[in-house]
Order: sequence, then C-alpha cells, then structure tokens
Amino acid sequence: MKWLLVALMVAATTAGEVLQAAGMRRHGEIHDFRPGAIGRALAVLARNRFVIGSVAAMAISFFAFMKLLSMTDLSFAVPVSAVTYVMETVLAKYLLKERVNGLRWAGAALVICGVTLVSL
Amino acid sequence: MNPEAARLRWKTWICTLIVVFSNAFGDFFMKRGLPESAQLSTPLEYVVALFQPWVALGVVLLIVWQMSRMALLSWADLSYVLPVTSVGYVLVALIGKVMLNEAITGRRWAGIVLIMAGVALVSCGSAPSTTHRKAASAGGSR
Repeated sequence: MKWLLVALMVAATTAGEVLQAAGMRRHGEIHDFRPGAIGRALAVLARNRFVIGSVAAMAISFFAFMKLLSMTDLSFAVPVSAVTYVMETVLAKYLLKERVNGLRWAGAALVICGVTLVSL
Repeated sequence: MNPEAARLRWKTWICTLIVVFSNAFGDFFMKRGLPESAQLSTPLEYVVALFQPWVALGVVLLIVWQMSRMALLSWADLSYVLPVTSVGYVLVALIGKVMLNEAITGRRWAGIVLIMAGVALVSCGSAPSTTHRKAASAGGSR
C-alpha cells in the first residue's frame, strides 16, 4: 500500500512538472509583474490545456502525499519523494528529447541508492 | 562587488531560505495535523482533514513554498535551485527527529546524504537550456 502511494505520488508529480514546463513554454516568458498583468496572464493560463492537466496532476500528487504522511514517518515520506528526480531525468531524455549526460545519470543512480537506504 | 550584485545575492539568499523553510515546515505541519487514526478512505475525509488547523497551516506554507520557488526560478538557474534546496531533506529529517521523535537510523541518514549528493549531480549534469535564456539570469546568484 505504501509503495503504491509512493508510485502514484511520483508519477503524478512528474507528469505535473513536465506538463507545467510544456504549458509555460507555450505561453512564453512572463515579463510584466504588475498585479493586473499577472491577473491577465493567469486568465490566459487557465485556458491552457497543459496547465489544466498539470494542476490536476499536482492535486493527485498532493492527496497521495497526504495519505502517505498519515501512514508513515515524515523522514520516510519526504526522502522517497526524491524518486521524481530519476523519473524526470528519464522523461527529459525520452519525451522531451533532451541530451542527458553521464553525470546526470550518475546523480539519478545515487538518488535511487539513497531512497533504498532510507526505506530499509 | 557592485551594489547590484550584492542586492541580487541577498535577494537570492532570502528567497532560498523561504523556499527551504516553507517546504520543510509545510510538510511538518501536515504530518503534525494528520492524526495516526486518519482513515482517508473517502474524498470527503480528505476535505475534512484539510480544514484541521495544523493541516491548513501546512497547506498555506506549501502554497508559500510554490510561490517563492517560482519567484526564485524567475531569476536563478534551476541548476542552482535544485542542489541548494536539497538541504531541505536534512532539515526535514532533523524536524522529524526533534519535533516528532522519529527514530532516524544511521542507514537513513546515509540515504539522505546520498539523495543530496545525487540531486547535486543531476543539476551539474544538466545541459544548458536549448531555448534562449535571459541575459539577466546569466548573473544568477553565484
């Protein structure tokens, strides 16, 4: 049960962050930080399919995290959520076609080792 | 150091501290507020749990966290933000130990250190962004 929640949280967080990145890239850089302009930008973003998807995914990840917290130690739930770094590296390579170098794979491997140690 | 660089440095430090502390304490208050007996089996129970005072405080802090992180990312590089904010893993472990009396074994501490090292490596291995970047962010915070 607890690993199912970890998997759900990691998948939803990763999907949310990738969708958020895709949505913000389509929207373009935000230059104007006056309240009115931010309001208008939010109104435009609220109709962006990627942003809507990212908000939904983040909500799923938040509730999965809540459930996980109610069952496990804080010092278990927070470190295991670092698996998202590994998932994001994999998705960056295969979905976003970014070039991922050896150092980055080494980092992802270290995160996996760390999570394994935390969960033992 | 010219005044502009010094100002950016302070702004970055203060914002980073807000990001790290709001995240760690947001998680802590969520844990604090959720009773061990919480079943959380129906959607309604999640909504009710959100309105427990400590959980609500945690949610507010997590909103502060997301906002301050987005603000920080608007001028600092992700490859700076990821490793610096990974200190939060240690902070969360310390909070768990001191304020929640969680037992943290040597193995768990070793795992937390490995995760921090891994996050630092992931970010120094990131290739420069393929999209154009603002000249302003080149100053970053270093």
